[in-house]
Amino acid sequence: MSEQPQFTVKIDQNKYLPEGGREVHAIVSVEATAAEGAAPVSASTRASEVIIIDTSGSMSYPDTKLRAAIAAAKVAIDTLRDGVEFAVVSGSNVAKMVFPARPGLVAATPETREQAKVALNRLKASGGTAIGSWLRLADELFDDVQGGIRHAILLTDGKNQHETPEELEAVLLRCERRFVCDCRGVGTDWEVAELRKIASALLGTVDIVADPAGLVADFQAMTEAAMGKSVADVALRVWTPQTANLKFVKQVLPSVEDLTGRRVESAPQAGDYPLGAWGAEARDYHICVEVSPGEVGKELRAAWVKLVVPGAPGEEAQVLATGNVLAQWTDDEARSTKINARVAHYTGQAELAAAIQEGLQARKDGDIDTATARLGRAVVLANEAGNDEITSMLRRVVDVVDLGTGTVRLKREVNKADEMELDTRSSKTVRTRKDETVTTLRGEG
Amino acid sequence: MTGDPNGAKAAELACPACGEIVFAGEVFCEECGHRLAGAQPPEPPAEPAPVEVPPAGPAGRSCPGCGGTVIDVDGYCGSCGLRQPAERDHVEMTVTARRGGTNGTRPVVAAGASDRGRRYSRNEDALAIVAHTAGVAAVVSDGVGSSQRPDEASRAAAETGAAELVARLDAGEDPEDATRLAALKAAAAVAALGTSPGDAPSCTYVSAVTRGAAVTVGWVGDSRAYWLSADGAVESAEEIEDVELAEVSTGDMAELGPSRRLTDDDSWAAFMVAEGSLTEAEAEAHPNAHVITAWLGADAGEVRPHVASFRPAGPGTLLVCSDGLWNYFPEARDLAALLTPGLDVPADRSDASAAADPAADPLGAARTLVRHALDAGGRDNITVAVIPLPSPAAPQSSIPQSTSPSTEQPR
Repeated sequence: MSEQPQFTVKIDQNKYLPEGGREVHAIVSVEATAAEGAAPVSASTRASEVIIIDTSGSMSYPDTKLRAAIAAAKVAIDTLRDGVEFAVVSGSNVAKMVFPARPGLVAATPETREQAKVALNRLKASGGTAIGSWLRLADELFDDVQGGIRHAILLTDGKNQHETPEELEAVLLRCERRFVCDCRGVGTDWEVAELRKIASALLGTVDIVADPAGLVADFQAMTEAAMGKSVADVALRVWTPQTANLKFVKQVLPSVEDLTGRRVESAPQAGDYPLGAWGAEARDYHICVEVSPGEVGKELRAAWVKLVVPGAPGEEAQVLATGNVLAQWTDDEARSTKINARVAHYTGQAELAAAIQEGLQARKDGDIDTATARLGRAVVLANEAGNDEITSMLRRVVDVVDLGTGTVRLKREVNKADEMELDTRSSKTVRTRKDETVTTLRGEG
Repeated sequence: MTGDPNGAKAAELACPACGEIVFAGEVFCEECGHRLAGAQPPEPPAEPAPVEVPPAGPAGRSCPGCGGTVIDVDGYCGSCGLRQPAERDHVEMTVTARRGGTNGTRPVVAAGASDRGRRYSRNEDALAIVAHTAGVAAVVSDGVGSSQRPDEASRAAAETGAAELVARLDAGEDPEDATRLAALKAAAAVAALGTSPGDAPSCTYVSAVTRGAAVTVGWVGDSRAYWLSADGAVESAEEIEDVELAEVSTGDMAELGPSRRLTDDDSWAAFMVAEGSLTEAEAEAHPNAHVITAWLGADAGEVRPHVASFRPAGPGTLLVCSDGLWNYFPEARDLAALLTPGLDVPADRSDASAAADPAADPLGAARTLVRHALDAGGRDNITVAVIPLPSPAAPQSSIPQSTSPSTEQPR
């Protein structure tokens, strides 16, 4: 029985460039499906989980936050597969072990789960918030389990007030590629940009749980997803021609994430972009390569994309799937001017995320004109993409005057949670559905 | 021709993986990247024995784009990414007479060239020219872009057709019988490539054989044969209609005087013109102009090759070609003009102009024709075979006069 899922790489692009054309765009869709007849994840897959709960003083104002966090952590522990090595950490000005008592990981069994829950019951909220110190402890705990699936859940309710941004930055740099961390903000007193930065550096997701009552279900879902991972460290290896310039590599599904700066040189003319752990799931990437123009009729491999497990230094990478991004010059305008629908779709969604984040920032800064323009643009893009979730969130922040032109008015009163939710989820994308063109206007319900 | 426009070969092909419309010559589906039409451009045809191919093959396997030496299995250069030219991208061949000429040398009796063109990423045309004891046999085939593996179809058709022609002609068989039977054998070979209704490699077919001074052509589809008179005279449009008559001729062969087309396309355009529904210009301008109504392939139904024989009245050139050439130069007089030295050839192409006399240099003439099609846009694969008549192998005084009369019966 194969432990590894079947990976496929699919390329969507228009390979045709006009004479003199240089820029090649492609959507790389990576999908993994469980090997036929196999369980999604084999019980022998090595995995570890660290749950980090904010226990700063604010967690007890109201007290429901801490109690909900404890309940959620218990459910997460129950969701762990037997044998998964885990720990619970509490965070305030410093990080402390909740379970086990001494720094280390313990294999999940009915007994250890119970012991952890008892320890959780003793948690009290006091002190400040120094997220970097929490992550540093988690990083140490993962020391012995490198090579397996390594996942952390970070829950906080406040800003990182008790250490400098530089301190946090330094910890993130150290933790990169050491483990994947999903971040959750509970309540509305935390900083979206801050948590997004942490999740982004650690290849995890970020989300808001405005109502503490939602924590249990959210923790369960996150842990289930982590237990669904079967390959620990996957990277997108991109080869480009000698004279070419790889302009960007972005994840565009399930959310927009610019990976360009994450490149690690891996082979001649090739670099690896770490993607974290994979389960049975699909993610899409948008890559853009600038090539030297060629003669009409000439065909080039503009990029050779491989999904790899890089392996230890000096070791050959394991190649899971590959795809070719091509370029061919043509004097046929009908071909060179055709824009691939998926490239267009994701280009729009990347712009959508930027428009929302810029619009909300301008609104905070009191720049009403910019806020109105950017959020108006966001309304148009979300509608074009068929991103209904974002459309409905936008409508809680702006009144739409004209959907076609993106004319909107900022709402006078906006619920803080609604605004934070829109900000947090702005980079979440939807996949193009085959039966609809991206420019089709969808009827409003 | 079948005369059934509904039986026309679909002009569009769908990607087997995602259903997106793909175009002839595309190696990968534009929608999903699925590799179309099987694998890599296949190896060049194993040439029949008498055919000489100039060394254009894989010399040192270094990239023509950057000189890099690492070429991966997909055929791309490891440093600059250039897709390596397939050996079939540009093919040239010359054929010498089986028997020595008057002074004991073996003169070039025919030549051909085939080129990928400027638009398609591979060459799906195929060419075979072989000498038989009393003349030359040439076959040109154009893979149907809307079928699977059209390049394999055209290669099978050209190789099988030429080999069969030579075998039958050498056995003394009548040229018209040999032409028809060779076309049918080629049709069977192409049909055998099909593995399912959705996978039926297909192609056109045109053959031309000379036996002494007589010419027999056979065809299925829209690849053509022309007679280009050395004196530059051109036949009027009305006379061209004699082609169909010649096909059913039971007696004397039609005499070839001025330049003219010798074949009549199995195409939607030709059908509409023949029906009187459209003028030639209207038909050519229609999107269906290039839809063919007969082809070789597993999905072709009963193949009925057209066969016609002619007797040249004077010197000239027998030209066999794919639509990559005639799309740009449909009229016989246009093609003849391309081979007339000094006419519309730029000064910096003096080499081409000097080489354009088919009798003196058949390969030069073939190259000239291909060059003109490339210069005109090269939208399709271009394949030409050039056979000068009387053959440079035959002493001018001893053109065999006794060729078998046509035995083709009306069907």
